[in-house]
Amino acid sequence: MRLVIRHGRLIDPASDHDAVADLYIADGRIAAVGGAPAGFAAEREIDARGLVVAPGLVDLCARMREPGAEGALKREMRAALAGGVTGVVCPPDTDPPLDEPGLVRMLRQRSREAAGARLYPLGALTAALKGEVLAEIETLAEAGCVAFMQTRALPHDNGVLLQILRYAKTFDLPVWLRPVEDTLAGDGVAGAGAVAGRLGLPAVTALAETVALHTIFEMQRETGARVHLCRLSSAAGIELVRRARREGLRVTADVGVHHVHLTDVDIGYFDPDFRLDPPLRTQRDRDAIAAGLADGTIDAICSDHAPVGEDDKLLPFGEAAPGATALETLLPLVLKWGEAAKLPLAAVLARVTSAPARILDEPTGRLAVGAKADVVVFDPQAHWTVTRNELVSRGGNTPYSGYELVGRSMLTLVGGDVRFDRKSGSESNFR
Amino acid sequence: MTSESGRNPQLNRNGELHHLLSLEGLPRAIIERVLATADGFINVAEREVKSVPLLRGRSVFNLFFEHSTRTRTTFEIAARRLSADVFNLDITRSSTAKGESLLDTINNLTAMQADMFVVRHAASGAPHLIARHVAPHVHVINAGDGRHAHPTQGLLDMYTIRHYKRDFANLTVAIVGDILHSRVARSDIHALTTLGVPEVRAVGPLTLLPDGLEQMGVRVFTRLDEGIRGADVIIMLRLQNERMRGALLPSAQEYFRNYGLTPERLRLAKPDAIVMHPGPMNRGVEIDSRVADGAQSVILPQVTFGIAVRMAVLSIAASSQRMQ
Amino acid sequence: MIELDAEAVYRSLAARLREEVIGRDVRLVGVHTGGVWLAQRLKEDLHVAHEVGILDISFYRDDFSRSGLNPSVKPSSIAFDVEGADIVLVDDVLYTGRTVRAAMNELFDYGRPARIDLAVLIDRGGRELPVQPTAVGRRIEVPEEISVVLSRDDDGRLHLTLEQRRDI
Repeated sequence: MRLVIRHGRLIDPASDHDAVADLYIADGRIAAVGGAPAGFAAEREIDARGLVVAPGLVDLCARMREPGAEGALKREMRAALAGGVTGVVCPPDTDPPLDEPGLVRMLRQRSREAAGARLYPLGALTAALKGEVLAEIETLAEAGCVAFMQTRALPHDNGVLLQILRYAKTFDLPVWLRPVEDTLAGDGVAGAGAVAGRLGLPAVTALAETVALHTIFEMQRETGARVHLCRLSSAAGIELVRRARREGLRVTADVGVHHVHLTDVDIGYFDPDFRLDPPLRTQRDRDAIAAGLADGTIDAICSDHAPVGEDDKLLPFGEAAPGATALETLLPLVLKWGEAAKLPLAAVLARVTSAPARILDEPTGRLAVGAKADVVVFDPQAHWTVTRNELVSRGGNTPYSGYELVGRSMLTLVGGDVRFDRKSGSESNFR
Repeated sequence: MTSESGRNPQLNRNGELHHLLSLEGLPRAIIERVLATADGFINVAEREVKSVPLLRGRSVFNLFFEHSTRTRTTFEIAARRLSADVFNLDITRSSTAKGESLLDTINNLTAMQADMFVVRHAASGAPHLIARHVAPHVHVINAGDGRHAHPTQGLLDMYTIRHYKRDFANLTVAIVGDILHSRVARSDIHALTTLGVPEVRAVGPLTLLPDGLEQMGVRVFTRLDEGIRGADVIIMLRLQNERMRGALLPSAQEYFRNYGLTPERLRLAKPDAIVMHPGPMNRGVEIDSRVADGAQSVILPQVTFGIAVRMAVLSIAASSQRMQ
Repeated sequence: MIELDAEAVYRSLAARLREEVIGRDVRLVGVHTGGVWLAQRLKEDLHVAHEVGILDISFYRDDFSRSGLNPSVKPSSIAFDVEGADIVLVDDVLYTGRTVRAAMNELFDYGRPARIDLAVLIDRGGRELPVQPTAVGRRIEVPEEISVVLSRDDDGRLHLTLEQRRDI
């Protein structure tokens, strides 16, 4: 299909383009930016006046809940498209965990059938994610995994972690790690600090993150492995990452979008919608996250999308399932951060487009001629209230419940195919 | 962030006490009212008919998700002395895990005309969750949630202090022991600071002190001698068995050597200092028997006061108009 | 406008009550707060040997569901044994009779008295329950929206005032 998106403010962070321009798409790829290619006859014209045309968002962590919940992937993919996300990295903490090539192939097949966002599966680093024995990561890579992750914390045994890094380096496979030292995290459910102290909630000390980071960096020095750090949360941890990068270690890092905005004080009277993993920390830590994003210590922002059923949140804080549904709030929350930080829109969008693409080492997250036409057309002024009805995802669990946010995807294209159109209400079929 | 989470969930729109979940953020006037009302109930126990008809026709359900005979019994006595109908539900973890969710249990009980739930739960914040989901006429009284709060114990501790010391304005109060895991300590701290006690101290080893004590208005001591020097009131906390061995503390013996209240140590406090303990005591661990049974100990009277204070809490909560 | 000289009305009450309790070993029980002042005066003037009992009827009122608990409850205190006692209940104003009903219920929770008489300073009529006083200082008629209030000044002198009710 040949189509042209006209009159939109075209922002491509990878090429630092920010100007009103037309976008020409043919055969699923970007044909031209600005002027029409010779002989181009559009079959469909889209008027993007007053809207922003940008690369589709690349989300470094969004749980599709399959394998696990039948039919969940299709729905969460619709949620991704409604959020303007065209590339989803799904972590291996599925049920069963993604440690077998057969599961990976099945997942990719289901994703193709769902015709939603592109799926970039992460394989389990260890068998059943137990942290004891290596998973067959080379075979999983062949089945389509883009990287490998240990999802909750570092393996208990440092010896195992060292071997994992060596083995992954052998095949130059990227290792993604949650920098959490499990024995220090203990049974904590809230960030250590005055709030957890007052509320009587078991706390997760920042040491759980810093000790883990020290361990990772030491092993990187020894092995030369490449590591992506998932969900930084503490000021001390971010400073360690800053120094590691200065030193030249092959490190990238992301942060969950909620930690960009919220702190432990927001837990209020034990609101389980604020039970997140990693937990929300103090104002000081939030400020360090802002600084880390500003100076590039933190490369990318992800949604950490974790939809859960209502029952799993209707529990006392410590017992509630951690996480928030976030594919649909990612864009407005990123825009909100950018506005507060007074950053140009291209720099803001880079955190969820070109930067994640670079971490994935995938040709996506940019509007270059010849690139696959994964595009989001969004309204940066659209005001909407986050309610259960407004969300496509199975999960209604969000700290922003009842809150008004600004910014929403109007149109989402994957490979030049319009897979989401808010005006035609196409998302309602999949509620 | 959202408007709902900002409002104090214990008070109705008229500022009346509808639920009792925590002493934090409770207006001083309400705390003082509970203490004054409890005065009225103390004498009831000395009469032939030990009850008043105040809550006749009301149903009070004791929902204990965490086992406790003592607290449950005092609440039961308090409710019966108010002529309420009392129902005890010992809900262990296994029975909720088997099927009914916490909120399903609550809904079923409300359908049985429950007016008040007295709730004890191992998870901090459980009574808040329940209070958010009960019908507007139902009252929730927190009988202890995780490490967070034990508001009736806090109130009875204040009643005890008021009984022996009259005025809160010039006191030095030391709380000694496992503050980290103690809901009683947190409730006492909030009540003491609200009532204007100028010096509130926490005493314990670093492994048993939580973050944020200074922000709560507390002076922290790691040595018992310094912590109780010149104190008017010493509140000894119970050291739970699980804490006595392991990474937090090496042994009960070493704990007693450093933090046990002995007669010698007690002399460092004011001569008329009172010694309190929420019970049950571990003699020889946190407190020497000679102190526990000594002249300065007010541990037994605390029990009588406990019933009157709980009667006051139940009546005041029951008398508030609906939660809007 | 009715002229009420509280001290004069009190003297009438004391005289009438004196006749009623001749030869009896009565115990006076005052209902907070006005009844307690009156009971203390009567104890002196009638030479009653025993300490005056004090009742706060907040826990026995019949309007708890509607109006809630009295914001300032005071403790009741009866030092003598109510069982088999000859009691004179003393209150300042008798109106619907509900306060007296509550006071009697409370007394019975202390024990079973042999006899209860009622002494009131003012009987304003308007009974809603079958309660009758044994000795009255003065009977008056006042409109529903007016309340009759007893106060005591620093010198111990009693005063009666008529006030517009604020809760109607």
